[in-house]
Amino acid sequence: MSRKEILWRLTSIAVALAGVVAAPALTKAARQGQQPSAISTVISSDSAGTPPRYAVPDFVALTPDASDVAKTLGQVLWDDLNFEREFYMIPRDTYTSIPVARAPEQIAFDRWRELGADAVVFGTVQRTGNEVRVQVRLFSVRSRASVFAKEYSGSANNPRLYAHTVSDEIHDQQRGLKGVARTKLAWISDRDGVRLGDTVENRQVKEVYYGDYDGANQRRVTVGRRLNLNPSWSPDARALAYTTFRPNPDIFVSLIYQGVLQNPTKGVGTNYLPVFSPDGKQIAFMSGRDGNPEIYAMNVDGSNLRRLTNHPAGDSSPTWSPSGLQIAFTSDRTGKAQIYLMNSADGSGVSRLTVNESEADRPTWSPAPFNEIAYSASTGRYDIKVLEVSTGNVRQLTFGEGTNESPAWAPGGRHLAFTSTRAAGGRTQIFTIGRDGRGLRQITRDGNNQTPAWSN
Amino acid sequence: MGDMRNTTIVVAITLALATTAACGKKKVATGPQPPPVEEPAAVTPTPPPPAERVEDRTPVAQPLAEDGISNKSLDDLNRDSPLKPVFFPLDSAELDDSGRAIATANAAVLKKYTTWGVTIEGHCDERGTAEYNLALGERRAVAVKTYLSSLGVSADRIRTVSYGKEFPFDMGHSEDAWAKNRRGHFVITSK
Repeated sequence: MSRKEILWRLTSIAVALAGVVAAPALTKAARQGQQPSAISTVISSDSAGTPPRYAVPDFVALTPDASDVAKTLGQVLWDDLNFEREFYMIPRDTYTSIPVARAPEQIAFDRWRELGADAVVFGTVQRTGNEVRVQVRLFSVRSRASVFAKEYSGSANNPRLYAHTVSDEIHDQQRGLKGVARTKLAWISDRDGVRLGDTVENRQVKEVYYGDYDGANQRRVTVGRRLNLNPSWSPDARALAYTTFRPNPDIFVSLIYQGVLQNPTKGVGTNYLPVFSPDGKQIAFMSGRDGNPEIYAMNVDGSNLRRLTNHPAGDSSPTWSPSGLQIAFTSDRTGKAQIYLMNSADGSGVSRLTVNESEADRPTWSPAPFNEIAYSASTGRYDIKVLEVSTGNVRQLTFGEGTNESPAWAPGGRHLAFTSTRAAGGRTQIFTIGRDGRGLRQITRDGNNQTPAWSN
Repeated sequence: MGDMRNTTIVVAITLALATTAACGKKKVATGPQPPPVEEPAAVTPTPPPPAERVEDRTPVAQPLAEDGISNKSLDDLNRDSPLKPVFFPLDSAELDDSGRAIATANAAVLKKYTTWGVTIEGHCDERGTAEYNLALGERRAVAVKTYLSSLGVSADRIRTVSYGKEFPFDMGHSEDAWAKNRRGHFVITSK
């Protein structure tokens, strides 16, 4: 592709956004502009069976005040691409010997070739006040052709989001997969160190927090200085359901971008462990309202309440199947906690899923295309295991470093978040890990943090 | 006049003894007027010294503090509660013999103070998972409530809540600590 063609292409997809937009936005035309149109849009490795090798140098600041944003973008994009493990990411500290390109025609392809790169990103940032304009191109080092060229503009308030967007779009174009770079994690934390009121016991407030999937931009959701537990994202990632103890434990749904708080269980009985159905219309939860912990389901507004389990043992931790037709849950009806399955319509068709565990809890059903249930398995302490529903095969992801609990799948089922005490200091922190048990990352460091939920 | 004085003294002594016996090792606070009743150890009804002091005064008829519990604030009551925690065996929500004995004593207190409302908190040790322990704590709290109801304490006065393993009483990681953390904990919420 000639430089003229590149410019034409860029121009054809460039989006001049009117007004300040918090998120980098794209027009329909821009999306269409990126449909794979030529045979050469996917960059592969020289040798079959190995992932293509990517280089992401610092973005170029076209205006002096854009240098901070430019630095952030290069690093965050590298981290995002590295997280998915679809590409081999060439370490950034090895780029120092390669001349910095200020324009695409200055890219030293021969030198990148020597470094073994198959793909190199070239990005620029231009800043006007609090507005930024980011251009990103992905070049095949072999053909020296741009296979991806986009422009994003908007507010400079959260530069990381531009990198996250580019990462997701590169994964979509190059690998046909939905990346998680723009997803969020939610959890509860005692980091505020606030003592709970109305009690003579020394108890810490636990508030709901959320942040980017990589731990950046952490924010508090709840402000009530109470105990809050077990957040669950709505499928549109705009609401969190959780239990607040007022002091009666009740389920609340917080529309986090609107500041609206709903209370579907309306103080009837004790209510815990809410989880949204995959279509976002229902919430399954545990309640003691009839004198014993049982699983119930209701519409998000609290209507259409129905009881799904009826057993003198404790039934807890519901999770919906991707179709919404089934619910897996924990029950100690055999004496020890094990994971069971039932139909979500009426609680019929109960069958036991875990057969080789001394105890198993907190099932979490993966989204499509995988049909797997992650859970906490007793191994002396607890470790995260994954059960393939169709075969019953089990694999273990953690191996006794601290205790590991409360797994939560990322959208796409390629990663999980979980709670672990493995970090120095013995505090409870949120970690993420690949579905194969590789790529561990620590997400939280402040206070104790537990029970993650991963947004779409 | 002399008769009246004697009567007052007898009433004071009788009340003091009754209170001391009923409350076991509860410390009894001093009332507005009459003698400060000393310490729990006085379970053995021995010499009530207050009598002499009362003799020195001009007897005036005043209401006696009932027993030093009724006029405590809720916080003070809960800080040194007459309602003792019911402890549970590992991974169990069934009351054992000692659990039933404690619950029975608590039921007696609740039947004496009929206006009190209580919340029974179910707590668990740290060995189960956070989620499972919410269910286990719920069953513990309900088990205690059910037992109290069977002894005649109205269920309307008892709320239950499970805190799972979120609020351990002993932060340790020993068998001793775990045993303290597996409990149905009573909180007086109204009086």
